[in-house]
Amino acid sequence: GPLSERRLMDVRLGELPVWLATRNFSPQGLLGGLQKAWSSYYDKYINVKRGGPAGISMLLAGYCLLSYGWNYQHISK
Amino acid sequence: MLSRLVLRAAPAALRSLPPPVAVGVLHTTRPLHTTQQSLAPLPPLPEKGGEVRYGLIPEEFFQFLYPKTGVTGPYMLGTGLLLYFLSKEIYVINHETVAAACILSVFIYGVKKYGSDVAAFADKLNEEKVAKALDVKNEAIKGLETAIEQEKKEQWRVEGRSYLFDAKRNNIAMLLETNYRERLLMVYNEVKKRLDYQVAMQNLKRQKEQDHMIQWVEKNVVQSITPQQVLAFLSLLYVLVYTNICCPVILARC
Repeated sequence: GPLSERRLMDVRLGELPVWLATRNFSPQGLLGGLQKAWSSYYDKYINVKRGGPAGISMLLAGYCLLSYGWNYQHISK
Repeated sequence: MLSRLVLRAAPAALRSLPPPVAVGVLHTTRPLHTTQQSLAPLPPLPEKGGEVRYGLIPEEFFQFLYPKTGVTGPYMLGTGLLLYFLSKEIYVINHETVAAACILSVFIYGVKKYGSDVAAFADKLNEEKVAKALDVKNEAIKGLETAIEQEKKEQWRVEGRSYLFDAKRNNIAMLLETNYRERLLMVYNEVKKRLDYQVAMQNLKRQKEQDHMIQWVEKNVVQSITPQQVLAFLSLLYVLVYTNICCPVILARC
């Protein structure tokens, strides 16, 4: 379809800057993007009939990485 | 006159608006359920979540790298990244590493040992919830079906209404007939009474006339008997009696 409506994974590498220009970077746009990302993750891994540890374990791993990144300055002394 | 025009235009204008729909206490003029997509019924939840390898990396990553690097590609990438982080001290090994290793091992042991039991328990809870909801739905459906049957029965009963009205009509007809016949009888009786009276009157009159005439005739006859006639009759009678002592025929006749 048209460039402005494609998701990130369907955009080719050369079209990336153009695609980024079409994105909505206002607060509402960012918030909407966040909402969409969370709801797609939630519907895929958590909101299922028989889920496993994968749903929250990925969230915890992401949290670990993030907190390591925030504390890197302190750790690398 | 202008007001009449306005009054006539008002219903047409009101008809062009979408019909107002009262939703609870909130009056909205927006028509509902115009689009194809509606909120109910929801599509069912997917059975399993997305595939994740080792509980951390989604399967799509492996599929993404498969065409270019084959099956071992992501593992080589992971090993290379790990060694790079370790060697460049981007990941520092300190006491937290040991703690993280211990926690991870306990976590993985727990998941491996008790995972299936916890999953069965959660499944049972879900089953109960779903069964309850299904029960409610079935009860509602059954109730509605019985309501439909009763409604049909009521419709069937309504068809018998004509019989009821026929019976009532018959009743009324009988009442009218009875009343008519009563009145007919009364009329007959009254007329008979009057006619009887007339007949009795006539009989009485004739009787009275007859009696009176008889009395009058007798009275006149008695009055008109003169003493000479009486003497003559008596003498004749004595003569006849004395002569009949010898002739008994006339005596027998008397």
